[in-house]
This record gives sequence, structure tokens and C-alpha cells, in this order.
Amino acid sequence: MKKPHTLLALLLPALLAWNALSSTTASAGEKPEDNYRTYCAQCHGVQGNGKGINSRDMSVQPRDHTDTKEMSARSDQDLFKAIEDGGLSINKSVLMPPWDDVLSDEEITGLVMYLRTLCRCKHGE
Amino acid sequence: MMVINTQYRQGMRRLLIGVLAMTATPQIHAASAEEILKNDCAGCHNLIGPAPTTLQALWNRKGPDLFYAGNKYQARWLEKWLQTPTRIRPAGMFYANHVKPGAKGDEIDTASLADHPALAMNDAKAITAALMKLTTRSELIRPGEYKPGTVSLATGEMLFDKFRGCLSCHEIEPGYGGMSGPEVYTAAARLQPDYLISYMRNPQAWDPKVFMPNKHLSDVDLQKLVHYLRAIDEENGK
Repeated sequence: MKKPHTLLALLLPALLAWNALSSTTASAGEKPEDNYRTYCAQCHGVQGNGKGINSRDMSVQPRDHTDTKEMSARSDQDLFKAIEDGGLSINKSVLMPPWDDVLSDEEITGLVMYLRTLCRCKHGE
Repeated sequence: MMVINTQYRQGMRRLLIGVLAMTATPQIHAASAEEILKNDCAGCHNLIGPAPTTLQALWNRKGPDLFYAGNKYQARWLEKWLQTPTRIRPAGMFYANHVKPGAKGDEIDTASLADHPALAMNDAKAITAALMKLTTRSELIRPGEYKPGTVSLATGEMLFDKFRGCLSCHEIEPGYGGMSGPEVYTAAARLQPDYLISYMRNPQAWDPKVFMPNKHLSDVDLQKLVHYLRAIDEENGK
């Protein structure tokens, strides 16, 4: 009769931890592709090719996120910083604004990973 | 005596009807404006708040939130616009719903954009009066914060484009500038100056999921930007 209790006692912390982990995941915010569609695509394009509807009259053209060569020259840290604090923070264009008031750190990390799927590249490749 | 009494009663009845008609007219108008808002406007406009807190809600928004219309709009502009509405956001409320990839880059699918219905003058007046009463976000406004001043068009454009990058998303004249945000060459006529300052200072305080970033503008910049918006509005009206 003691066995089920022991099993429950063993499983309970694991269950609680799993539950906490799932709620952390849920509070990580919106999906990266949805954030990209909302905030990035206006300049970087719905296909990520840098040709968004705002790009026509911009003095500095938005980065083409599908450009493997250009994107592999940027570290994940630089991409994170550019999204969080804007282009100027990594000595790039002021036209890339800071998104720190809109996106959480987790969401920015998600976007950096999403950019790596768009360029099909890693830093330094 | 009977004749006098009858004439007196008839006279009093007419007077009473007249007085009732005079007092009842504004009430009928006020009620009908609220009815129009509820029946005809609420399908596309949020009249009670809050602003979208998820991307899905942001994407589904069909027209501007109006629950703080009285904090936001210039009544004179609103009354005129409701009678002769024009498109203020070239790519609609949420651009990605109206954009498709084209040969030279993304293009606006104009066929997917809906026009705003035009109202008769009396309805426009009544609706404007009802909307101006919706001031649920007054805590975000500092009345009289904007101090009228001037900036040259060249200096203003330098600030708006090169230094702060606002031109990326907003048109400063028809056909020039970004298209995901609303045109700004009519912004000064359309919006209250203290609202402009408050919104540019912190767009997310008004609309948490909106795709306009907080550029962390200084108070000096905020004042100059409103000077500039007033200047291009004047230029546009010429």
C-alpha cells in the first residue's frame, strides 16, 4: 500500500516543475513568426527580403534577412542588441528603432532564432 | 367664459408642445448619436476599451479605437472627416493584412481595403459630440504641455527623417514616406497637440501591442516634432 504514495511523492515535484516550466513557456510571449509579421515585416518585408512596404523612400535600405552572407557576419548578440536598442547601438542605421518597450528579452531571443531560420545560417559560417 | 377657457387651454397646449419639442430635440439627437455609435460603429471600433493586448486582437482590429476619442481628435476635423472620409493609413489598420509580395517588393493590396461610410452633416455633428465625450485616458494627457512654436520645414524634416527615423513608417506628403503608419501631413489638424506629445512619448501606454516603437524622444524633440507636424499640415493645406 505504501508504493503508490511513494510514487506520488516522487512524481509530485516533477509534475510541479513541469507545470512551472509550461507556464514559463506560455508567458514567454507571442510566437517569433507573429512578432516578425507585426513589427519587422513593415520594413524587412513579409518574406524577410528587406523589401517591406516602408522601404521605398528609406535612405538606408532594411537588411535582407534571407541574405546568408550578410546575416552570417552578425553575431546573435549583435542581432539581439539591434532589436532591443536599435541600429545605432551596434553602429548601424537610426532607421532601425529600439523595440525594448514592445518585446520581452525572451521574445527578442525568439526573433534572433527566427532570423537564423530565415537566413539559413549561423554566425561565422 | 367657455370660449376664453377653450382658447386658453388650446394656447397652453400649443405652448406645452412647443416647450416639449424644444427640450426633446437635443435628447433625441443625443440618444440617436449613441444608438448610431452602438449599432453602426461598434462593429469596427472599440468604444469601451481596453486596447488589444494580444497580436491576434491587434490583427483583427478593423478601425481605430474610439474609447479615448475625446482625448485624441480635434472635433472640427472629426466632424468634417465623417462627412467626407478619406484613407489615413495607406495600408489599412494592420498593414500585414493588406500587403502581398510584388515584383519590386511588398505591395499594398488596395482591393482588400474598405472605405469608411460618409455621414450626413447632422449625424456627423451628433456623432462628433458623442465621441468627444469619450475621454477614458485623460490620465495620459498633460493639458497645455505643448507650447506653440515654430521650426523650419528643412530642420523639421531633418529631425523627422534623418535623426529620428519617423519617415520610415509615415508619409509627410501624399506619396512620400512609409506606409505602415498613418499619414502625418494631416496629423496636426486631426489630433490634439497634447495627445501627439503623449502618444509619441510612449505609444505603448495608449496601445500596448502597436507596431510604432518607443523612440525614447526627449521633451525638446517632442515639442519640435509637433511644431513640424503643424508646419507640414499648413503646407499641405495650401
